[in-house]
Amino acid sequence: MSSVLQLLLDGERLNTAQMAQVLNLPEEEVNAELSRLEDEGILLGWRPIFNPEKSQENVVRAVIEVKISPEREGGFGRLAARISRFEAVESCYLMSGAYDLLVFATGSDLREVALFVSERLASVDGVLSTATHFRLRTYKEQGHLLLTAGESSDRPAVSA
Amino acid sequence: MEKDSTRFIADHVIGLPRSGIRDFFAIVAAMPEAISLGIGEPDFVTPWNIREASIFALEKGRTSYTDNKGLIQLRREINVYVENNFGISYNPDSEILISVGVSEALDIALRAVLNPGDKVLYHEPCYVSYSPSIILAHAQPIAVGTSAEDQFGIDPAAVEAAWEPGCKVLMLNFPTNPTGGVTERDKLERIAKFAVEKDLLVISDEIYSELTFEGEHTSIAMLPGMKERTIFLHGFSKAFAMTGFRIGYACGPAELIEAMMKIHQYSMLCAPILSQEAAIEALKNGGPAVAKMKEQYHQRRDFIVRRFNEIGLTCHLPKGSFYAFPSIQSSGMSSMDFCTGLLEAESVAVVPGTAFGPSGAGFVRASFSTSYKRILEAADRIERYAEKVCS
Repeated sequence: MSSVLQLLLDGERLNTAQMAQVLNLPEEEVNAELSRLEDEGILLGWRPIFNPEKSQENVVRAVIEVKISPEREGGFGRLAARISRFEAVESCYLMSGAYDLLVFATGSDLREVALFVSERLASVDGVLSTATHFRLRTYKEQGHLLLTAGESSDRPAVSA
Repeated sequence: MEKDSTRFIADHVIGLPRSGIRDFFAIVAAMPEAISLGIGEPDFVTPWNIREASIFALEKGRTSYTDNKGLIQLRREINVYVENNFGISYNPDSEILISVGVSEALDIALRAVLNPGDKVLYHEPCYVSYSPSIILAHAQPIAVGTSAEDQFGIDPAAVEAAWEPGCKVLMLNFPTNPTGGVTERDKLERIAKFAVEKDLLVISDEIYSELTFEGEHTSIAMLPGMKERTIFLHGFSKAFAMTGFRIGYACGPAELIEAMMKIHQYSMLCAPILSQEAAIEALKNGGPAVAKMKEQYHQRRDFIVRRFNEIGLTCHLPKGSFYAFPSIQSSGMSSMDFCTGLLEAESVAVVPGTAFGPSGAGFVRASFSTSYKRILEAADRIERYAEKVCS
């Protein structure tokens, strides 16, 4: 893995000058590497991770299990792409097991997500069935633990 | 009026200095906003699977004493681990003892083998407890200095020169706290030969062995003829980030382990069972987490050492541990003055080298077991301070 990518994954949000210092690279090289990661579609974007329990925005999040019929020549790909294009779809995965696509969808309220499922998703040609589950509470968000007392540390500032 | 109670304290304890770390901690504690490069432990929390094993044991009601030597499952796992990583095998029934951290193991090893007046060779700068532990065992510490020229590895010739009649034990700890120094195999071979020649018992503290960044770590216990004259001490604190579990172990000849067990049995009884349960999980499944943490230390080390050298505080490359030990001699200040000055001027805490013995004079210990953001900021502040105080 590229050392720049590894630093990003560490999640400390260093700026490129700081990354250059840590990695002992010229800053231009770090910038070039970031551009390469973006150009090659490895690094898709930069988004903050919010605590859904605390963020002000009203978002309803649902996971939807979708069964679809694969098409000759197209397989699942064409249908999956078609479903993925909807604004309401955050992520879409092909799964093994009891259903085919797992869709993460968001809306500003329950009604909006329900409408998306019934009007948009279920009516796509080739979609056989859907099962929608709404998120009630978040315990861990993209690697960040929530709702625990936190891992406070009484570590002394100077120790053996 | 009551007399001062000092008269009740034993002579050899009265004379014992307090840890220099303790003294410096008192100063830093008054400045909670300071960036601390003073911690002597991993900044990572113990990996969850290890913590979870301890919780599970608690839930199952595993709250009893264990065998004085420790749980046999743990001793078996230790044998497997030591064999895989060091190539030496110990009998779990008779040659392994679970202790409350390596500190306890070190203490009972010394007490088990030393008679009043015996002499013990150890290298310096070193972990703060070495000399006091020897004195508490009524023996006489003989320091062998190590230097930046040797990257704080031990010079066999210096050991030979320091030896005198009455020396019974040689203590080794590589990689070393506070210097990160290691000693290469060829030098250990010469020391091993000398140990055989003078019939020395070696106590080898391997606590930082997993955190070796360059080359293969060699323990003196691995060398031919050394297993039978070495007490091999190791623990979970550093590599597995388990300092608060207080769990370590000693491996060695059955007679010596039995002697240590007698002291352990009467003073400690056994190591806490919950920590022993956690240690079993650490050995079985902790490997990937250790590798990940080591990689982090490695990268942080490369950065901070480079920065110290850029700043003009000459720093050798520590081949292990999570400490850098730069020289502050260009400031012309004492280690303590440099550290208190840095703390006052820039709110950065590093530990004076003299806390680890007189040969640490002219150096400071900077732990890189902290986040990049803090290390980056600390390095900038140290640079600003050094520009003022160094000529």
